[in-house]
Amino acid sequence: MSGIHTIKFRLNGRAVAKHVEPRTSAADMIRHVSGLTGTHVGCEHGVCGACSIVLDGAVVRGCLVFAVQLDGADVETIEGASDSGRIAALQAAFVDRNALQCGFCTPGMLLIAAELLSREPSPSREQIREALSGNICRCTGYEAIVDAVAAAAKVKP
Amino acid sequence: MTGATTKAVGSSHRRGDATLFVGGRGTYIDDVAVPGVLHVAFLRSPHAHARIVAIRTAHADAMPGVVRVVTAADLAPLCKGWQTSQTYPGYVLRTQYPLATDRVVFVGQAVVAVVAESRALAEDAVELVEIDWELLPPACDLEGAMAPDAARAHPDLAGNLAYQADVGDPENRALFDEAACVVEAAFRFNRQTVMPMETRGVVASYLPGDGSLSVYQSHTAPHQLRSLYATHLGLDEGRIRVICPHVGGSFGAKIHLYSDEVATVAISRLIGRPVKYIADRMEALLADIHAREQIVTAKLALDAEGRFVAWRAETRLAMGAFSTHPGSSVQEADEAVRLAMAPYRVPHVGGRLEVVFQNKNIVGQYRGVGHPIAAAIGEHLIEKAAAAMGFDPVALRLANYVPDDAYPVKTRTGIDLDALSHQACLRRLGEIIDIPALRAENERLRGEGIHRGFGIACFIERTATNAPSNAHIRKATAQDGITLSVDPSGAVRCAISVTDQGQGTHTVVAQVIADELGVPFDRVRIVSGDSQATPYGSGVRASRGTAVGGELALQASRELRAVILEAAAQLLQTGAERLSMTDGMIFPAGSEEGNGISLADLAEVVHFKPQLLPRGAQVSLSLSRHLGHDWPALVPTNGVQASLVEVDVRTGAVRLLRHWAVDDFGTIVNPLLVAEQVRGGIAQGIGQALFEELVYDPGGQVQNATLADYLVPLASDLPDMVIDHVETPWPHSVLGAKGAGEAGTTGAVGAVLNAVNDAIRPLGASITELPMTPERMLAALNRL
Ligand code: FES
Ligand code: FES
Repeated sequence: MSGIHTIKFRLNGRAVAKHVEPRTSAADMIRHVSGLTGTHVGCEHGVCGACSIVLDGAVVRGCLVFAVQLDGADVETIEGASDSGRIAALQAAFVDRNALQCGFCTPGMLLIAAELLSREPSPSREQIREALSGNICRCTGYEAIVDAVAAAAKVKP
Repeated sequence: MTGATTKAVGSSHRRGDATLFVGGRGTYIDDVAVPGVLHVAFLRSPHAHARIVAIRTAHADAMPGVVRVVTAADLAPLCKGWQTSQTYPGYVLRTQYPLATDRVVFVGQAVVAVVAESRALAEDAVELVEIDWELLPPACDLEGAMAPDAARAHPDLAGNLAYQADVGDPENRALFDEAACVVEAAFRFNRQTVMPMETRGVVASYLPGDGSLSVYQSHTAPHQLRSLYATHLGLDEGRIRVICPHVGGSFGAKIHLYSDEVATVAISRLIGRPVKYIADRMEALLADIHAREQIVTAKLALDAEGRFVAWRAETRLAMGAFSTHPGSSVQEADEAVRLAMAPYRVPHVGGRLEVVFQNKNIVGQYRGVGHPIAAAIGEHLIEKAAAAMGFDPVALRLANYVPDDAYPVKTRTGIDLDALSHQACLRRLGEIIDIPALRAENERLRGEGIHRGFGIACFIERTATNAPSNAHIRKATAQDGITLSVDPSGAVRCAISVTDQGQGTHTVVAQVIADELGVPFDRVRIVSGDSQATPYGSGVRASRGTAVGGELALQASRELRAVILEAAAQLLQTGAERLSMTDGMIFPAGSEEGNGISLADLAEVVHFKPQLLPRGAQVSLSLSRHLGHDWPALVPTNGVQASLVEVDVRTGAVRLLRHWAVDDFGTIVNPLLVAEQVRGGIAQGIGQALFEELVYDPGGQVQNATLADYLVPLASDLPDMVIDHVETPWPHSVLGAKGAGEAGTTGAVGAVLNAVNDAIRPLGASITELPMTPERMLAALNRL
């Protein structure tokens, strides 16, 4: 099987090089090799969205992408999105609306919500619910998340 | 600090930890880093019932990177097995071991553990373990579980019945035979699971040098775990430390102790190295506690005026192969039968429960524990009776409630109830929904072929366990403890035994302390989840964080405030009774600001300049208190929910349009957090009503152990929810708070069940099997 591959990519704006097995998922590498544990693993089969990362500008599931596929790519995790300030309005709205409880789904929710708002600056509640429907939250019942995304959309960036 | 003196209790303080979580900076169990940690993976049973003839581990053992392959024989000297701590007279129990010994009794049971340098290597090596099985007939049929020729879940059982009990009044057929109206139904609540987003996990580190054990675990009750590991592994409890880091949801899944967790800790003891086990999602679906599976028959008799005359319910719960531990599996069925119809005056209430062994995973205590079923069966039959007799369902309830001013009462099934408010809650619901108009609109739409239904369910829950009357589950539920101290900087530190999984326990406790001490909210820091850092206590379960933890914080804060004022009085050379503290400033009543002293300055003196205080007893700005022995067994709460749905009679799909809840949680410390507990709970109740089912085939194989196939509610499935309250403070505590964590789940199941039936009743259809999937709906509508 294996052989170790060396990959080079940009991670949260910095050039990095990592040695990975071909079977290692991007989520596992980011968590356990890069130590960025905000990318959560809830199912490892592409259903829950907790492992969301931004790959070349698009939100993807880190558990469905192999680490080797990141070679040459531009990757952003929740830590990078948070530190850059680009999701600050969403984060503030999530805290203010208590749109999270355990916080396990939250990084994925924030990244997918940010993608929605970049595409559709004034989404309806139905559009928000639709956009969040690939991400499972077991704590909140979603309404507070929908409210928070709607509130963040009203904040001028 | 400004002079703001608004009370913290009653205001919607935001959670401090939320700012961590939105940056992805929580520390969950898989994020805990321990140098040199090894990884555990389990070979789990592919069979529902089989004898283990031989286990061959040589290939796995020889694989590079594998450290040890562990079987039951390796762990037998370390762990003698366990049964549930919550026993009942006549409860038949079978002993669980960390790994299956000679037989497997459900699909997913842990059989062999592999320890390796990485999780991937451990999983590879699991594939190399070979087991010879001799298949045994599985007991998986709930209806036929007690037939004389039924397969037995364990060969040495005389029968599959694990427990039976009659509760309340004995059956009196005459009451039903002579009643003006009798409604009855057979219900089936299918098996589901809990599904917190973070799976379970353990990191265990046993140090052979000094016999100390550190365990990190995704769990809600560190002290309980510490006691259990000491007992099950024969270790000195005083040398065990259990830490629960951020927990990615529990809802009951993480109040139990599982064999894979004991195995992981025992393995660290065996090999003397740190080991880590993180369940994957398939393991979680197979082996986290399952819930609810029961078949129920119930009937309600009414007189011609619509007064309830008699009620009877009988349930059979599919326990699985063992009782859960430490809390038992029985409670799900017992609460269901005991609490059905508890809101009402019914002269005759009786029931029976049977708990049966099955070759399926263990049914445990999931959010609501029996209460959702109690509410669903009672409220369904009330709405059915209203339809049959031509009564308005709201009026029928109002005519039969135990009046709000009649409490305390004891139910016919032996439950003490106090300070409930069914009348007020239903009246409040009627204020926020124009029910007649809504029903009229549904009627009008029916003319257009649109089938909408509106349903109500009210309920009682028993929350906030903390009682010596439950002392038979000492390890699960006993008491709680707090240590409060003032730092030299004047910051208040609280170490408390109740824990926080995101519901906001820390925030609520800090609010209570801020008010009772008279310090700003942001000067209070909470520590919990670490057995070494907090006094002994039960952790979180049964919605007890605010009701128990808040009351404990209140009582301890009042005592510490007295200590602080006494010390300040000595320094200011006045009487303590003349002093008060607000916003961290202590000053004599009626005096100008500036005549007082700040708590920070006082703390500075106490810590570093004690010579400024009079000679005598040393002043300590720190105290510990416990709460438990004068606390009632369980704090009852009540509420009512309503649901509006639309049924597509061609596809069988149920669309939720709106959901309402009015609850009585007594004193509300933080309205924002309470409302979100209710919403999250409602989502899970809706899951039970419409989506969630773990499907076993007759041979005991699970058909849908992936998250793609086990359906939980998504954002697009759920409606907006209106949350409102009636506040009847709990009269037996000072704070007056009751449990709020489970009410959402408890009321939602019955409300949705009733709404769906209201939609299809005019079509001559009814449905009493949950979840109400499109397929079951079409069958109910006779359209399959
Ligand atoms: S962990 Fe990747 S989608 Fe669930
Ligand atoms: S906040 Fe817990 S899963 Fe969403």
